[in-house]
Amino acid sequence: MNEAFVVSILSITIRAGTSLLYATLGEIFTERAGILNLGVEGIMVMGAATAFAVSFHSESAWLGVLAAVLVGALLAFIHSFLSITMRADQTVSGLALTIFGTGLASFMGQRLGPGGTTMVGLQGPSFSRFPLPLLSELPYIGMSVFNQDILAYLLYLLIPILWFYLYKTQAGLHLRAVGEKPQAADAMGINVSRTRYLYTVFGGMLIGLAGAHLSMAYLQGWAENITGGRGWIAIALVIFATWDPVRAMFGALLFGGINALQFRMQAAGASIPSSFLNMMPYIFTIVVLVLITAYERIGKRLGAPAALGLPFAREEKG
Amino acid sequence: MNIIFEKRLTSSTLLGVATLFLSFVLALVFCALILLGFGINPIEAFGVMVDGAFGSTYALTETMVKAIPLMLTGLGVAIAFRMLFWNIGAEGQLALGGIAATYVALFMSPYLPDVTVLPLMVMLGALAGAIWGLIPALLKSYLGVNEILTTLMMNYIAVLLVEYLYLGPWRDPDGYGFPGTAPFPQSAWLPRLTGRVHAGLIIAILAAALMWFILARTRWGYEIRLIGENLEAARYTGVSIAKNLVLVMLMSGGLAGIAGVAEVAGLTRRLYGLTVGYGYTAIIVAWLAALNPAAIILVAFLLAGLLVGGDQLQIALQTPAAVSEVLQGAILFFVLGSSIFTRYRIRFRRKETQAAGAGDE
Repeated sequence: MNEAFVVSILSITIRAGTSLLYATLGEIFTERAGILNLGVEGIMVMGAATAFAVSFHSESAWLGVLAAVLVGALLAFIHSFLSITMRADQTVSGLALTIFGTGLASFMGQRLGPGGTTMVGLQGPSFSRFPLPLLSELPYIGMSVFNQDILAYLLYLLIPILWFYLYKTQAGLHLRAVGEKPQAADAMGINVSRTRYLYTVFGGMLIGLAGAHLSMAYLQGWAENITGGRGWIAIALVIFATWDPVRAMFGALLFGGINALQFRMQAAGASIPSSFLNMMPYIFTIVVLVLITAYERIGKRLGAPAALGLPFAREEKG
Repeated sequence: MNIIFEKRLTSSTLLGVATLFLSFVLALVFCALILLGFGINPIEAFGVMVDGAFGSTYALTETMVKAIPLMLTGLGVAIAFRMLFWNIGAEGQLALGGIAATYVALFMSPYLPDVTVLPLMVMLGALAGAIWGLIPALLKSYLGVNEILTTLMMNYIAVLLVEYLYLGPWRDPDGYGFPGTAPFPQSAWLPRLTGRVHAGLIIAILAAALMWFILARTRWGYEIRLIGENLEAARYTGVSIAKNLVLVMLMSGGLAGIAGVAEVAGLTRRLYGLTVGYGYTAIIVAWLAALNPAAIILVAFLLAGLLVGGDQLQIALQTPAAVSEVLQGAILFFVLGSSIFTRYRIRFRRKETQAAGAGDE
């Protein structure tokens, strides 16, 4: 295989995988605290719309990212409030968040262009590829791994940091305890509700950032339904990753690879109709879910937090 | 001050309706604030929506037109939710029903006696929707695969499949290149009752009655409710969860499939742009109606009004129709948030009384 081909595939794989991985990491930290947030799709699309609108009008790419992170935090806060304080059904709350977010993002998209017009087709500040000095001269991985946008480099740093935080620090231990055995965590003096709020909001920030990467780096523009189910795929990736940040990276690369394959086949003028090529990520998600669940059945227990999705109430203990 | 939550042993309908109403008002206020943020006068916008949805005979019939698919898909997801199977796939199941009906109307009807065309469309449409719903049910009951994700992924696949068909092989050869299939022959038209309201309404009401009967009066319905309310008890009494799940999802997908049939045979009379999100609104319909079949008919009509009102907003004020989606999400937020008041009795207690009373507990 020639180098140019490998570089191009690897490069698109990483670029497509970046936003998926941000969202997956966000959901991993949320679920580790015992909260199931099915609003990823809604938060992500709101992140994408907000990032694009704010950066377009402020002409600052970073302000767009900041706004997307804040919107992600705010939406995740709604979910935390409903599922932790109001003890609402987390599945329905997450679905509500997705419906709300999809609607509001679509509304913003039609309204926040110049003078109240559509944002479709506009060009705003974006995060372009930025080859790292020296590293980008390496064969194969140089022009792929080290020729990405800043948000991707930030992610390279974030993966080991989050892994270390989760498994090697006291705070990470507390987080896992809250998701596995909230009663025991409470007895240890950990504030379960506050911990759950904290990580759900933190997760929402990463998911908002995932949306920002979509509209400001990967696709560099706004389109209706820009997420196209990526938020749901991220939730599937959490299961694939067995709630582990490093395994999530491999999962995101796998799905990024599917995207790259899709692009290459489309570009090469494959005789398969584009509708079927576009189905690939969704079919692949189902296949991956089936395989991983079957694998779990055979014996290895996956790392789903034991208290995932269950409300916690101190009064009910003992 | 301490807040104490006590689980209510019984739930009162009056309290339920009151909190539902209050949630709706709060959601309106919440959305009014959002609209204000975008420089839109919320009073004017809501006025246009109500008027557009309920203000005239024409408006009422258009609202009824959108209520039909919401009733059928709402009933479909509700029966699955009854046994805590999260079927988010009504959108895809509806699409498959539409595809099967279109196949009958376009390619089989020339070889069939006219009177058999519509019944066959309904039967095959229900079957196609049922099969689309069966796949996640089998994956869940035999492998434990998360049904929320599989039903959702199958929605995306179904939407692309519909698109492929009416843009590709099924595109009308005499359609001057416009997307969509050829119009159906008259034998494949579902009769209209008034305006654009078609006989799908009758099917939906019959389906609601049937579902009420099954849930309230049959052993099968009892088993479904038992699984949803107390899985352990269901297992203990020897109720087969896998079997019930498969049967429920056949019915759930079948109802959504019929919704798809009714859309193509009653409304568009050809296959084009079938998937507009009814399957997702259905989740809200089912939830707001507390999964009760009769209430679903009513709530579907109200939420259809929201959709029609949203379209009207776009036409009259150039305000994006997505406002209705925002409102749907917001209503659900407030209903969810307030459900704590119907499920728990909330009491406030001062810190010192708690300390004094601690010994009694």
